[in-house]
Amino acid sequence: MSKAAELAALIGSQTALSNRNLIINGAMQVAQRGNTTGHTSGGIYASDRFKFNVGSLGTWSLSQSTDSPANQGFSNSLKLDCTATASVSSGSYLLLQQILEGQDVQQLKFGTDNAESVTFSFWIKSNKTGLVTVEIQHKNTSGTFFLRSSTFTIDSANTWEKKTITIAGNTAQDIKNDNSACFYVSYWLSAGSDYNGGTFNTSAWLESSGNTNTRVSGSSINFADSTNNEIYITGAQLEVGEQATPFEHRSFADELERCQRYYQVPTNNAMYAATTNGSSQIANIGVPLITTLRADPTASTLAATPTAWHGNSSGVSGSTNAPTLALSTQTHSTTVKMSISGFSGLTDNRAATITVNGLVLDSEL
Amino acid sequence: MDEMNITSAQYVIDVKTNENIGILAVIDGEQKGVPLSAGNRHYDEIMRQVAAGDLTIADAD
Repeated sequence: MSKAAELAALIGSQTALSNRNLIINGAMQVAQRGNTTGHTSGGIYASDRFKFNVGSLGTWSLSQSTDSPANQGFSNSLKLDCTATASVSSGSYLLLQQILEGQDVQQLKFGTDNAESVTFSFWIKSNKTGLVTVEIQHKNTSGTFFLRSSTFTIDSANTWEKKTITIAGNTAQDIKNDNSACFYVSYWLSAGSDYNGGTFNTSAWLESSGNTNTRVSGSSINFADSTNNEIYITGAQLEVGEQATPFEHRSFADELERCQRYYQVPTNNAMYAATTNGSSQIANIGVPLITTLRADPTASTLAATPTAWHGNSSGVSGSTNAPTLALSTQTHSTTVKMSISGFSGLTDNRAATITVNGLVLDSEL
Repeated sequence: MDEMNITSAQYVIDVKTNENIGILAVIDGEQKGVPLSAGNRHYDEIMRQVAAGDLTIADAD
């Protein structure tokens, strides 16, 4: 596309000239969790904000790759690598999703006559060719989910291809306006008959309940049929309107801070001021946040046991327990109060320092 | 879909108030401190599994 055509497309899209990409970390720059292997079930966040879901469909490794489309300004992609094969059964699924807060997509004006179309564009590369389903699902104010799908085709093996999908807005149902999971953009990479056994729906918004088997095209690929299978994705952009505009590159710092609203790793081996409770062997710490979290976080420690020091530390043993939030976070709060149980040798009501190795705060959707 | 494998869950209390302040749970093989807060995905899933009769949260020690 020429520069003039790009500008015309941007103006024609009737959308903002900046901050138009609703997807966070679309260029896969941020991967706070690192590369992971052996995934056979559950929802795992790979590149930040991108949730990988597999059920009854092989074993997968997730990694941040430096393989990216040439001359497009991308440095990274998300790589999905099949490491153990499986046949597709009725309940099989292989999904990659980004889930957005409802309060961040109100500009789509769903539930009104002015509901906006959304256009999703991205780059993909795989050794497999064929049809893949993309689904948009949203939750309305009443908590009911609605979905609509479209498809794209991977035409050439082992070749970066840009794909674009546009889905008309839902004029009948709104999007709940809060910080919960209200808007899902999903690649249905593979699926069984529980999801593609019905009449595939691309033409209307349907209530999710009762229409599960219409979500995915029956022609979808089995990406788990060989351990040679790999999928690379980058440049994901979701924008208002019917026109895909050039990818909006954002700085690493900008994307990292957006990701940290959902997942943050405070400084490793950080030392926190604490108070102690001897009778219960609990220490309370205040953890400064890097940025405000979406919601009260789940805490875990990646590596080792929290250790405590208070005055004379002899006789104090570390805990093997993860910290637990002791006080609900408040809107715009920049600190969380955590309790750590499971120490021994703590004396009551002491000022102390607690060292926590690999603390993780998870507020993902 | 997306069901977490929760193998244990136990309340943590504030000993000064004796009120539950969180849940220590083992989720997908990893111990996590889960807040008692709707909207946290781990708490929501714990409560969904409790309501379904698939999980019991043990009292604090």
